[in-house]
Amino acid sequence: MNFLVLSLFKAALVAAVLLTTLAYLQWVERKVIAHIQVRLGPSRVGPHGLLQPLADVIKLLTKEDLIPPHANKPLFIAAPFLAVMVALLPAAVIPFGPEVPVFGGTTWMQLTDLNVGVLFILAASSMGVYGIVLAGWASNNKYALLGGLRNSAQMISYELPLALAIVAPLLLANTLSLRELVERQGGYLFGFLPNWHVFQGPWPQVLSFAIFFVAGFAETNRIPFDLPEAENELVAGFHTEYSSMKFAAFFMAEYANIVTMCSMTTVLFLGGWHAPFPSSLGSDWVPAAVFGLAGAIALSHGLNPARRRDRLTLPVVAALFFAIALVFLLPAVRVYLVPLFWFGAKTGVLLFIFIWVRGTLPRFRYDQLMSFAWKILFPAAMVNLLVTGLLVALG
Amino acid sequence: MDVILFLVFALIAVVCAINVVVQPHPIASAVSLIGVMGSLAVLYLLLGAEFIAAAQVIVYAGAVMVLFLFVIMLLNAGAEVRRGRSYVVQLLGVPLLVTLLGLLSWAVARMAPAGSVVAFGAFTGGTARDIGHALFTRYLLPFEITSVLILVAIVGAMVLARKEVD
Repeated sequence: MNFLVLSLFKAALVAAVLLTTLAYLQWVERKVIAHIQVRLGPSRVGPHGLLQPLADVIKLLTKEDLIPPHANKPLFIAAPFLAVMVALLPAAVIPFGPEVPVFGGTTWMQLTDLNVGVLFILAASSMGVYGIVLAGWASNNKYALLGGLRNSAQMISYELPLALAIVAPLLLANTLSLRELVERQGGYLFGFLPNWHVFQGPWPQVLSFAIFFVAGFAETNRIPFDLPEAENELVAGFHTEYSSMKFAAFFMAEYANIVTMCSMTTVLFLGGWHAPFPSSLGSDWVPAAVFGLAGAIALSHGLNPARRRDRLTLPVVAALFFAIALVFLLPAVRVYLVPLFWFGAKTGVLLFIFIWVRGTLPRFRYDQLMSFAWKILFPAAMVNLLVTGLLVALG
Repeated sequence: MDVILFLVFALIAVVCAINVVVQPHPIASAVSLIGVMGSLAVLYLLLGAEFIAAAQVIVYAGAVMVLFLFVIMLLNAGAEVRRGRSYVVQLLGVPLLVTLLGLLSWAVARMAPAGSVVAFGAFTGGTARDIGHALFTRYLLPFEITSVLILVAIVGAMVLARKEVD
């Protein structure tokens, strides 16, 4: 019974945090892109547009839900929900932190650990194609169909280098369970270099990390590989005919896939919740220092305000940051928060790179996309796998 | 619990399998086939073969069916038209089918040795480690021959699909 209550609590917590992250990831993306393009981005709804996601949800909910007259109705309705369901599944197996004490017992900061966890995520991602392909076909629209076709071809092609890039660190770790994968990456080489798979001997997985991350862009249909929804060729690609909450479902699925891809990269290559340097060198104090610094910057701007209202608002923001820094200093909650901070920080940096790339790189041409997968990524992943296998077998 | 799950997913598998044949449109048939593959994966999972279940979803429900859908969509296959069927088929179809299924299940029940009924979750050789070990030691030859066979099939498909170059 205790187990059931605890699991329900954890599931509710993960769902709440994940869905909030998805909503605000979109705000972060719009803000970052805006600043890359020297604009302000959303700034009207709430301070710095912070309530924009809420406004967007209300807007999408109240829009008219159109179904085109010649669409295949059951599949047209099922496709977005399939996409979002499959995109949210991997959160069930991703480990966010180590074993922590709760109410007299201990529990893992992970919903469940499968001994085929990596395969579970691969399976979920391979099912993710159907949502998009069926949406493209069921819309009965040539642009949507072309988007769906491009998507299936792209997913099939990029799943190969993706899977091969995953196999190399699995050879080092000798397990398929995500929890054990992270645990094997604990500890430090020479006392300071983290034992993550990107640094770990005998063959540091830098190449495989790069291949996985690049293929991840293609798997999540992000720029520079967003051919399935290339708006200057295909209107909006597979979701051309979708409106209201069904459109929002595709949006949510895309962001959920990005979050999954980034947390998978963190777990497979960047040591999950392990700090980048040992706690004897003070890594436990980094979160508090980061938030303290953010608070200090906000306070200094509040004392020399650029606008009159900053004199009131920025000290409040500073107080908020200082409060978070203080929470990280409390010994009772530090056990929970510090691993979560490192996991969140690594995933966050990767998410930022996703957005950064979107603001920087132009889109590939379709034949370039395909030849890149088959002629560069796939052979590179294969060579990396062979070298890793050889060195693991010898060592 | 196991029995209930088995019955539910066995039922889904059978209904989807019938749907594959009954549906006039190829896309609907393909979607039903995905349902069959998915419920088979759950049945493997119930028997304790996690790796096979995951492989079933990745390979069959994922890769193979995506290719099917891809080809159906590329060829833009329309719904099939039902033609008139002969009276013999209409009259004898169902009784013959029932007889065939009865004979099949009788034969299978006779072939299965008594006392070796598989219990849910009793199978323990289903981890990735066990299967990898078995594939690369005991079943190495069949495994390699299968891969050569697949290679031959790929080469054959390439030769058949190649455009004639003058």
